[in-house]
Amino acid sequence: MSEASNTKLSALSVGDVVSERTIELSRESLVRYAGASGDFNSIHYRDDVAAEMGLPGVLAHGMLTMGLAVEAISSWVGAELVITSYSTRFTRPVVVDPVTGATLTVAAKVGEVDAEAGTARIDLVVSAGGKTVLGKSQVRVAARSFA
Amino acid sequence: MPVNPELIGKEFAPTPPYLVGREKVREFARALRSTDPLHLDPLAARAAGYADVVAPTTFPIVLQDFTLQQLLAEPGSGIVLSRVLHAEQSFRYTRPIVAGDELTATLSVTGIRMMGGSSMVTSEAEIRDAAGEHVVTAGSVLLVGEADA
Repeated sequence: MSEASNTKLSALSVGDVVSERTIELSRESLVRYAGASGDFNSIHYRDDVAAEMGLPGVLAHGMLTMGLAVEAISSWVGAELVITSYSTRFTRPVVVDPVTGATLTVAAKVGEVDAEAGTARIDLVVSAGGKTVLGKSQVRVAARSFA
Repeated sequence: MPVNPELIGKEFAPTPPYLVGREKVREFARALRSTDPLHLDPLAARAAGYADVVAPTTFPIVLQDFTLQQLLAEPGSGIVLSRVLHAEQSFRYTRPIVAGDELTATLSVTGIRMMGGSSMVTSEAEIRDAAGEHVVTAGSVLLVGEADA
């Protein structure tokens, strides 16, 4: 299995885009994620609470944005690779309008690759309304060796 | 009241065992609009050598959240949820989580730094399986505003 993955990784060059994704978020998306994750903080579905907290509106969970971003490469990672680490900074909140929602775009680019070692770093560029919302969003992948 | 610096080095009890359910993994994956068969289709996961569906990368947040509840329940912690901003998050894996895993999370607060009127609280939740083997460590940085009372 590791030979196949080395082939997959050796096909990569720094700067290559391995995946891109556009996601339309609505209030329903937030409620769905609240239920799935167990994070029921009401700033993610109540305008009155968001306003009381001085927020510009109801916000997407940071962890929803982080999760949506990495799922952009999930199918690319596939069975041959595994994700060994993923980290991000939450630099800007994603405001989800009750009517028009919000649009997230994700571009996954190769930041580093070492085909011999069977590892690579994928950098996720995540934006809403043309502004990046996650900082230093990096995923490390490795050839799968413990199948 | 600022965040209590004595939280550093405090030993927290492991959270009660959490059984990762197949439908929970699928529900979580659908909430992330995933179409990856490894998350959704047990047959595809088995064909890839996994025991059952593979949890999305950010799934350990479910367990980390239990440790956050422990932190909030700590008397005199100085942390109030409505003043907490999630600043950073990380996951470091030894192996992926699959449905059927029974996991516990053990919290440690690794740093508290004052920044103006706020505290930067760095913590880690170490997640292990039923055999005690390391699965993933979830790390977070919280920016905690000073509470009124």
